[in-house]
Amino acid sequence: MIPAAFDYTRATTVDEALTALASSDDAKILGGGQSLLPVLRQRLNAPELIVDCSAIDEIKGIDAGGDKVTIGAGATHHAVMNDPAVKASVELLAQATETVADPQIRHRGTLGGSLAHADPRADQPPVALALDAEFTIAGPSGKRTVPASEFFIGPFETAVGEDELLVSVAFPKYDGWGSHYEKFNRTAQAWSIVGIAAAVRMDGGKIAEARIGLTNVGGTPVRATAVEQALVGASSMAEIAAAAERASDGIEPFADEDADVEFRKHLARVLTKRAVAKAAGIE
Amino acid sequence: MTETIDTSTPLGRPIKRKEDAKLLHGRTNWTDNIQLPGTLHMAILRSPYAHAKITKLDVTPALSRPNVIAAYGADELGDLNGSIPCVWPVVDDIVMPDFPSLAKGVVRHVGDCVAVVLATDPVHAADALEAIEVDYEPLPAVVNMQDAIKGGTLVHEDAANNVCYNYPFATGENYDDVKAKADVVVTRQWANQRLIPAFMEPRSVVAAPMGMSDEMTVWSSTQIPHVLRVLMALVTGIPENNLRIIAPDVGGGFGGKLQLYREEVLVTQLARKLGRPVKWTETRSEDMVATHHGRDHIQTIEIAATKDGKILGLKVHLLADMGAYLQIITPGIPILGMFMYPAIYKMDAYDFHCTGVFTNKTPTDAYRGAGRPEATYAIERIVDELAAELDMDPMELRKKNWIKHEEFPFTTVAGLTYDTGNYEAATAKALDLFGMDELRAEQKRRRESGDTVQLGIGISTFTEMCGLAPSRTLGALKYVAGGWEHATIRMLPTGKVELVTGTSPHGQGHETAWSQIASSILGIPVEDIEVVHSDTGRAPYGMDTYGSRSLAVGGQAIKKAAENLIEKARIIAAHQLECSPGDLEFVGGEFKVKGDPEKAQAIGAVAFEAFTAHNLPDGVEPTLQGEATVDPEDFSYPHGTHLAAMEVDTETGKVTLRKYVAVDDVGNQVNPMIVEGQVHGGLAQGIGQALYEGAFYDEDGLPLNANLSTYLIPAAPDLPSFITDRTTTPSTTHPLGTKGVGEAGAIASTPAIINGIVDALRPMGVTDVAMPATPMTVWKTIQSANQAAKGGQA
Ligand SMILES: Cc1cc2nc3c(=O)[nH]c(=O)nc-3n(C[C@H](O)[C@H](O)[C@H](O)COP(=O)(O)OP(=O)(O)OC[C@H]3O[C@@H](n4cnc5c(N)ncnc54)[C@H](O)[C@@H]3O)c2cc1C
Repeated sequence: MIPAAFDYTRATTVDEALTALASSDDAKILGGGQSLLPVLRQRLNAPELIVDCSAIDEIKGIDAGGDKVTIGAGATHHAVMNDPAVKASVELLAQATETVADPQIRHRGTLGGSLAHADPRADQPPVALALDAEFTIAGPSGKRTVPASEFFIGPFETAVGEDELLVSVAFPKYDGWGSHYEKFNRTAQAWSIVGIAAAVRMDGGKIAEARIGLTNVGGTPVRATAVEQALVGASSMAEIAAAAERASDGIEPFADEDADVEFRKHLARVLTKRAVAKAAGIE
Repeated sequence: MTETIDTSTPLGRPIKRKEDAKLLHGRTNWTDNIQLPGTLHMAILRSPYAHAKITKLDVTPALSRPNVIAAYGADELGDLNGSIPCVWPVVDDIVMPDFPSLAKGVVRHVGDCVAVVLATDPVHAADALEAIEVDYEPLPAVVNMQDAIKGGTLVHEDAANNVCYNYPFATGENYDDVKAKADVVVTRQWANQRLIPAFMEPRSVVAAPMGMSDEMTVWSSTQIPHVLRVLMALVTGIPENNLRIIAPDVGGGFGGKLQLYREEVLVTQLARKLGRPVKWTETRSEDMVATHHGRDHIQTIEIAATKDGKILGLKVHLLADMGAYLQIITPGIPILGMFMYPAIYKMDAYDFHCTGVFTNKTPTDAYRGAGRPEATYAIERIVDELAAELDMDPMELRKKNWIKHEEFPFTTVAGLTYDTGNYEAATAKALDLFGMDELRAEQKRRRESGDTVQLGIGISTFTEMCGLAPSRTLGALKYVAGGWEHATIRMLPTGKVELVTGTSPHGQGHETAWSQIASSILGIPVEDIEVVHSDTGRAPYGMDTYGSRSLAVGGQAIKKAAENLIEKARIIAAHQLECSPGDLEFVGGEFKVKGDPEKAQAIGAVAFEAFTAHNLPDGVEPTLQGEATVDPEDFSYPHGTHLAAMEVDTETGKVTLRKYVAVDDVGNQVNPMIVEGQVHGGLAQGIGQALYEGAFYDEDGLPLNANLSTYLIPAAPDLPSFITDRTTTPSTTHPLGTKGVGEAGAIASTPAIINGIVDALRPMGVTDVAMPATPMTVWKTIQSANQAAKGGQA
């Protein structure tokens, strides 16, 4: 469909973007446009001003210096999943990103756009949550950082304010961890019905530490802490399966055409078992 | 790279398609690409309700919006608000409610047209829709057919109990008598769900009054320019001789563009009223609710058989969802299916009944296969259920009952006479390619070990009828048009050929295949033949493209036209070569005097003589062309054996199609590569119905998934590499020995997939899986079978 009319400006620096955002009380940032454009075209939203941030080079880089991998919000999915440092130290993010949509969309869509959009079905937010990423947000009064546990507030709602810009996301390094993203969908290009992000640190054939994030089982990504705790010490499929039973603890999934509440909870358990087993290399 | 084409036998060769270079380089002329000076763009205000009274409609505020030139509701449009006709009134007492282009006071489905705005650009037209003041008083919606026929809320006042028509049809012996003799009777009910055609190119139409004449030219993304011209003339009153309809490049149709749409009428009427070109191109969101849908039958089917597996009779009761209005052939779709329920099987009695039902949903009409996929699904599924009931191998049961190759021609219980077929040959080849024995062994292993992933094998030994003809048969079925096709072949003075066809390709590759047919007869290279089509100004006669008819019917016309041309050329050549026509033989594009091969004249030279007309025999008219309009003897009956290996993850319900073998018998093939493409596309759509697609509504009649992110269509990564092959049993009623292939894949594959899933789960007590077989549906089916098993033990 045809979007409603809007004003448009293209920023080339973070400061320009912030100035533009401050100039209107109904402005929207445009990243890769892969979520925003469908929203505009269906006239679900009709902002006055679009601030195009896709030409801000300073938010596109990926920096692996120190003990973190810091990814610019404007890095495309394609750049993220092919970056050697991401693949080596935050493999789970690369794995989840590979499952997003199709190559055309992955060349346009950005990590920051996906995280800021906070679609409950999106595949990267639970990775950021499970891996304790740290979000750097720029606003009129400077930069601030927000931990992942405080970033996702509700469906399509995050800690980023109306006049702010997500600048980068820093992931601690998980070198040597095993990981797997288990996406469950109906066709290759479809969104997740449920997704499981799992990373484990193995020690002597046993799971020493686990991090599990769940996609699309509620309004925000969910950290499966009960499963994480129950997995410590697990070394067999049976133990993993027992721990994964707790994946539906405390979640409040919604129902849609693809899955009702009962089926979503069931999928959360079964897929958690599978994701952890693959991450741990246990059959 | 250029192909070397052996022009002596271009028939049956996988020549690369002439069409593709243009398509791949983007040198295409989609309707939406047509830019005429002064064009007005139309935008449509559509109903957000399934059923409501329009209590207020004021379009005037839209007029003050920028760039807006005009706006209309039904009142303002008055007499120009043409109604869509239904041309297939299947029974005398059918209820055919008025179907105005713009709703008159009541809207009857989400997407029903309420008002239009015309602006000098599409953006402002869309914006101005917001300014229209409209109030609705929602009415209860009729959504479910089983409830609809109980009465209560009516979609149309004049359709009591929402019934459009009742169509009984009983042939052979009395079904109840036959049933009384049966040892086994299996009854099932299936929902053959509603599908959305979802062609690639959205619908688009441009109408332009030609200032210097009375002609109105309409470009439309349609499958049926010729039929459209007749219907448009009837609806608008524009004299047919002043109407020119052009279907430029058309990006797919699948039956969805076999239609006269409201939007086509509106654009044409408004171009006429305003004296300017008017254009409308739908958005995908509009397409999903306003392009007609397909299928949507509730099928109750019963099969009666002896204990050793001889089928005695079949009873079918259908509820067929018409949607909110009748489009051009809506009521006829289930009737096309009616003939195909007995399929390839011999039986004594057949009892059919169909009730057409109105609901507050998008109208239904033809979608790839149109009636035959529904029939094939029901019969191929119930044969599997009968096999399970009898504890017989499903293929053995089929073999026991199908028409044997030596029994053709065979008149079925439904009254069709199948000219040829060889089900044994297609099945033997399919089994070979499939590796049935290994797969059955693996299935056994997985069952015994209680594997999470179970394996099932699905069979479909289908046939279908296509190339609907002769015309008098269509007349007997109360279809208002004929089933003939036309071709004109014109030799130009320079030796090139213009082949004018009445078929209207929209992706099928007619330009290539028709050139191959003409080339094989005229001896002119394929690349020297131009196929002219889809423009009533250049190709005035035709019945267009649908129902796998184009080669089956149009191919015959081309053959005959070419032969007529040669007969005229023979007389001219004989005159030139000073011999009698009977002394000439026509080989490799040349007339040769028998016994004196030195004396010869190429057909191109004859064409030049016919052009200059300096030396023609007395009584022979200048120019060289051949024409033919052919009404075929009968339908054609392609068939085949399709086999699917289905993996079912019993823990998640996810189904994976692991292997698919399709052996089709489409008679002689003009271009096997094009046949292959048709089979692949058809399979994807049939598999789509089984696993992915379905248009669903809530209880208020609001569409639940009318967009392409939730109405899922399989793409390449979702499908395995198909294993395809053919057997060749030429049709004896079609001079080229060809049959249709356009719909075969879509007809055959759906039951193969579901039979495979049920086969995988049958040991768990599963006897049916609803379509589309989504993970949740499959998982819930397994859960309830488990519950039932537990209940049984307790
Ligand atoms: C057909 C299709 C299929 C898809 N399938 C999947 C899938 O399977 N899995 C999946 O995870 N995603 C999927 N997506 C979404 C895709 O990943 C998007 O690219 C992503 O969600 C948004 O990123 P973007 O850069 O395109 O953001 P945009 O669309 O430009 O913006 C999205 C929102 O984020 C805001 N925003 C963008 N950048 C910033 C920033 N730097 N700071 C603050 N706010 C910002 C915008 O204002 C807007 O509200 C799909 C998209 C499409 C079109």
